[in-house]
Amino acid sequence: MAEIYFSKEHEWVKVKEGIGAVGISEHAAHELGDITFVELPAMGKTVKQFDILAAIESVKAASDIYAPVSGKVIKVNEALDTAPEIVNESAEDAGWMAWIEIADEAELKNLMTKEQYDAYLKTL
Amino acid sequence: MQLIYEKSIPGRRGVKLPASDVPSAAALPAHLLRAETAGLAEVSELDLVRHFTNLSRRNFSVDTNFYPLGSCTMKYNAKVLENSAALFAPFHPMTALLPGGEEFCQGTLGMLHDLGLLLADITGMDEVTTQPLAGAHGEMTGILLVAAYHAARGNKAKKKYVVVPDSSHGTNPASAAIAGYEIITVPTAPYGDMDLELFKKAMTDEVAAVMMTCPNTLGLFNPHIKEISDIAHSHDALMYYDGANLNAIMGKVKPGDVGFDVIHVNLHKTFGTPHGGGGPGSGPVGVKKALIPFLPQPRIIKDGQGLFQLESKRPGSIGRTANFFGNFGVMAKAYAYIIMLGREGLVRASEQAVLNANYIKERLKPYYDLPYDMTCMHECVFSASKQLAHGVHAIDIAKFLIDRGYHPPTVYFPMIVKEAIMIEPTETESKGTMDAFIEVMIEAAQMAETNPQALHDAPLTMPISRLDETKAAREQNVCCMA
Repeated sequence: MAEIYFSKEHEWVKVKEGIGAVGISEHAAHELGDITFVELPAMGKTVKQFDILAAIESVKAASDIYAPVSGKVIKVNEALDTAPEIVNESAEDAGWMAWIEIADEAELKNLMTKEQYDAYLKTL
Repeated sequence: MQLIYEKSIPGRRGVKLPASDVPSAAALPAHLLRAETAGLAEVSELDLVRHFTNLSRRNFSVDTNFYPLGSCTMKYNAKVLENSAALFAPFHPMTALLPGGEEFCQGTLGMLHDLGLLLADITGMDEVTTQPLAGAHGEMTGILLVAAYHAARGNKAKKKYVVVPDSSHGTNPASAAIAGYEIITVPTAPYGDMDLELFKKAMTDEVAAVMMTCPNTLGLFNPHIKEISDIAHSHDALMYYDGANLNAIMGKVKPGDVGFDVIHVNLHKTFGTPHGGGGPGSGPVGVKKALIPFLPQPRIIKDGQGLFQLESKRPGSIGRTANFFGNFGVMAKAYAYIIMLGREGLVRASEQAVLNANYIKERLKPYYDLPYDMTCMHECVFSASKQLAHGVHAIDIAKFLIDRGYHPPTVYFPMIVKEAIMIEPTETESKGTMDAFIEVMIEAAQMAETNPQALHDAPLTMPISRLDETKAAREQNVCCMA
């Protein structure tokens, strides 16, 4: 079972063997409303933690998605190009956006556990 | 209603021309000929006239109804302003570019020149270019001026960032990003403006500019604006003023006086000229002295004999951003508007715009949540969070207003307010009009509690009821022939 961590900007990362699958939380997907477009990162792009990774558009708004960890993008979820609604249907599973080869797992301490994130949502 | 293409019948014509009885010219070479027809609708003249007349009757505009679309300043544009633009219609705009041509268009050049002076006076800037063709074009021009300023000082590589508040118009970070800057977004504090402490932390010598709207999109004037510009200047960052909300402060505050260095003005918002489909926009850009060398050219100058000339002598200029005459017709209307109202009139327009927004804010406050409860400027931002408890969203209230003959306020913007409803009545609406609108807003709030389904079903009076916006965005197809 991969461990999941959340950022304050509502991204999640599931970590397994040095690779992080990244997406947005169910809360974020719900807040955005019907998602109409996901701009995926370029393959091979290197990002720093909390830098812009991708972008997402919904009927309400366009938002940036920030990288929850530093590293190199090694895989993107091309299914979202034609079916962005997957993010609404399954934000924290099938709606993943990219796999990042994590540069420094120590950065995970800047993120929240599932319990911490749920508590954080109650403060918003 | 059918599309004009659906009314098309092969062979039907508006005008039937007689067969040619003169010799034909040589045929065009085959590669210049169409392979297939242009696909135009084939209809009679009467079909065409009825089609477009009926279509035009479905138009919604300030000329037909109240249009309190926040942040857009949908004021009524007096018809006399159209006449002022029409006066210039006989003059060919390019005449000034002919050798010696300036002599024949002193009136047109003089109008552009003097409009620049008036806008410089209103905004507290030292020189204005009237080239940019719209607000976002003005922003782009302004940011290119910022970049040219830093490059000329040898700081091109050093200046990497543009700082914006999280309430900013989306075009601000977009313009800066297109100009090559990275964006730093500063959150809004509980007092409704950019958080001053977080702003201080964000500021370094690598910041090229701070882009602000003042009053901001919550309709609040930033009490720390001078302090913010002083901090920016201490880092050699320039202050950019987005003129979207200038209608709130004309003649009251000059952005140049509180430290702004670059400004774009939306003539179509503040200065009584039509918006969008009603005519092109216009986004003149004003700058302080230090940025004058970089302004677009040709610029319009007044020579020693009092004659207006085009001049292109600045080596540091960012170049031409559009034709020297910009969107001339829009400027003719804006010029007439400023002259018509005069100094006192502009001040009164702003005062009335602010009074009207505060009137609506106070009257609707008992019915809608007001996240930033303080005196507003020209617009006020409510949240439909009370109504959300009954499953009613801002969009439902917006659609209901359409049924009652009102253009909905701006909804879901600014994004920092959940279920935002942003109302900008402008100065041109009477108390009677606003009272009627307020009554309908109160009715919507009551319906949210008693009959939320009726709000979900709205609009019922339109040719098409609730549109599937998600499908429209996901499956974009704007080709009527498909």
